[in-house]
Amino acid sequence: MLGWELPPHNSGGLGTACLQLCKSLAKHDLDIEFVLPYEADHGIDFMTITAATPQGIVSVVRSGIAYDSYKYTREDGSEAWLNIYDQQELYEKAVASMIEGKEFDIVHAHDWLTFRAAMRVKEKKGCPVILHVHSVESDRAGGSKGNPLVHEIEELSMHMADRIIAVSQHTKNCIVRDYGIPAEKIEVVHNSIEVSDIEQLDPDNAYRYLAAMRAIGYRVVVNVGRLTVQKGLPNLLHAAKEVVFRAPKTLFLIVGSGEQYYELITLAAELGIGQNVIFTDFQRGKRLRDAFSIGDLFVMPSVSEPFGLTPLEAIGYGTPALVSKQSGVSEVLANALKVDFWDIHEMANQIHAVVQNDPLRDTLLQNAQQEYQHLSWDKASEKIVGLYHQHLVGATA
Amino acid sequence: MNKKAIVLYLHVHQPFRIRHYTAFDAGVNHDYFDAPYEDRTSNEQIAHKVAQKSYLPTNARLLQLLRDNPQFKLSLSITGTVIEQLEKWAPEALASFQELTATGRVEIVAETYHHSLAFFYNREEFETQVRMHADKVREVFGQEPKVFRNTELCYNNDVAYWADKAGYKAVLAEGWDPVLKWRSPNYVYRPAYTENIKLLMKNYRLSDDIAFRFGDQAWSEWPLTADKFTRWLGDEQNATNFDLFMDYETFGEHQWSETGIFEFLSHLPKEWLKDEHHTFMTVSEVADSFEPVDYVDVPDTITWADTERDLSAWLGNGMQTGSIQALYDLRTRILDTGDLSLIEDFRRMTTSDHFYYMCTKYFNDGDIHAYFSPYETPYEAYINFMNAFHDLKFRLSEKGVAV
Repeated sequence: MLGWELPPHNSGGLGTACLQLCKSLAKHDLDIEFVLPYEADHGIDFMTITAATPQGIVSVVRSGIAYDSYKYTREDGSEAWLNIYDQQELYEKAVASMIEGKEFDIVHAHDWLTFRAAMRVKEKKGCPVILHVHSVESDRAGGSKGNPLVHEIEELSMHMADRIIAVSQHTKNCIVRDYGIPAEKIEVVHNSIEVSDIEQLDPDNAYRYLAAMRAIGYRVVVNVGRLTVQKGLPNLLHAAKEVVFRAPKTLFLIVGSGEQYYELITLAAELGIGQNVIFTDFQRGKRLRDAFSIGDLFVMPSVSEPFGLTPLEAIGYGTPALVSKQSGVSEVLANALKVDFWDIHEMANQIHAVVQNDPLRDTLLQNAQQEYQHLSWDKASEKIVGLYHQHLVGATA
Repeated sequence: MNKKAIVLYLHVHQPFRIRHYTAFDAGVNHDYFDAPYEDRTSNEQIAHKVAQKSYLPTNARLLQLLRDNPQFKLSLSITGTVIEQLEKWAPEALASFQELTATGRVEIVAETYHHSLAFFYNREEFETQVRMHADKVREVFGQEPKVFRNTELCYNNDVAYWADKAGYKAVLAEGWDPVLKWRSPNYVYRPAYTENIKLLMKNYRLSDDIAFRFGDQAWSEWPLTADKFTRWLGDEQNATNFDLFMDYETFGEHQWSETGIFEFLSHLPKEWLKDEHHTFMTVSEVADSFEPVDYVDVPDTITWADTERDLSAWLGNGMQTGSIQALYDLRTRILDTGDLSLIEDFRRMTTSDHFYYMCTKYFNDGDIHAYFSPYETPYEAYINFMNAFHDLKFRLSEKGVAV
């Protein structure tokens, strides 16, 4: 399996989805070797994790949560920082050289960063390749065509692949639309969440101020995610302006970092709701869990979201969700509020309804949690194992 | 006939900077102003540094000048927040200021204790802070301030009207061309719609020659000597007073000692006083000595900052206006609690520097802003401030006050 990141060294949902999927796949009779572009300790025992390091490079270290910087240390001790594009090229070369002398039955690659490497393996070993599409370039670019180099990598490799897995019908539609891939070649395998992965919350929430404000009648709306164009945060802030005008005791908690961070801080201030929007920067661990749980409503306003795991996490931690209709998760989650990402008035209307109406919030949560209890990655992994068998049979025949 | 006077006025101020204060501190820790000593926002560390690098050496030179030249005089404005910091962390520096005023030739100028923009947000708070400052000056320097300067030389007709009614002899303002038009800053004026008070206007060209250009080797007049400078002033036929207003930190901080700024300062009195028609005056002396030559009408607010000379460095973007409004909205509720530490924390947050750090005018003026900010970005300054604001709200709510 070719991947880009795994928790706790992940920048977003991709790493989490890969980890959970592999955990579930490992219950089947499979030997998984997960190849990452960097070295780190993940504390994982159900599969082998290998770092693909190019020749002459001693170590590769990711810089914090930054999506695009990697520090390479050469044999002579010198160091170099690479951007994400150069990094994926190096990863391709490293993977190509490390597969010498190894045997694989199938290659399963996650997202464009690993697709060229997957094609190299196919070229050298001839084994079938399944590309798992967690997002396409037009998603990440917030609806525009995006980076032409990335577009080209996705287009070529999807045409060459034996099979494509899309994390939602939404994503499958995008692949057909953007790259003209025949729909029959694409299998929808929805992401999921393991109920058992929801960790126990401390009684003492890290957001003491928000807890105190809730106790005196304030209501809290939470968003967790990268602050990038794809995530649609400006629309949420415009909706927040309308909500705060009618319900001033509403606080918005924005947890995350990204290239829109300063823009969003400025926008909240310019909209006159600086007092109501609290930015915490990127968080993980307890502060991340507590962010999910402190809310009265979780909002994922994404412009285009292939799946979107965070609303499910929020529900797991006790907060109902409002999701954009342009998200994969809206296909599998019935008990959530849903709105078009561009419909600011409706978004405001629905947020307002929840923060002004605790019974609505509680009913929504109760039903969502019932639905949530039935979620599991096992359905996804069964489907994927089925695909593996189809292609292995095809290969030997 | 009166002699021609140099009116040297220096402004001394340090804010209580807010530490890296997060959403996780709000509701838990109320120590907004207590950064670890090594941190860039440590008020204690900065007080130590500025006392050693600027206050002590400059005061030693000023004291020597006062001793050597019986005609040498100057005026100082020194905010309540910096006096407090010196009392706590650099008493020897405060003592050196007291030695200056003990000569009887150093006048302290009135202003808000917290170096705030309260005049524009809450007149009652403004008057309280001016009173607090006067009390502190009386206690520390044994003087009653007679001339008023508003924070950052923020000035308009209303400021003058207020200062006139409050009984001040004079008020200070930037001698900004759009306000003075064809007139010279080198005279005493009277503010429009006032009866008694006088208006002293900063000669910003001459002041900036010292404060900003002095060490600039690319400047056509570099190097500036006391001899050359006093010749410029002496050549000015139509003038009674040269108002040289600047930050105290010009000496040793903005202009490093290596530029020769201290030598310039040491030679200035001797060179200027060579002519028997020349002298130095404090701000109230100049107000007493000269009659106004004209009225000056300033309907819009001017300041001494940036190329715009307006409030845009403090109130130029949504972060600045939003956070300052949010703060003043809490004032009545905070004062009503009678909780002195809460009230003082609120007042420390009214200090204009907090809003200056949020300034996003990054080009031209921006480099100055960046130099004086202990934060990496204006957004960081804003977030720290807002989290502290949330904590003020939390403290109110704990007392059962509706927030």
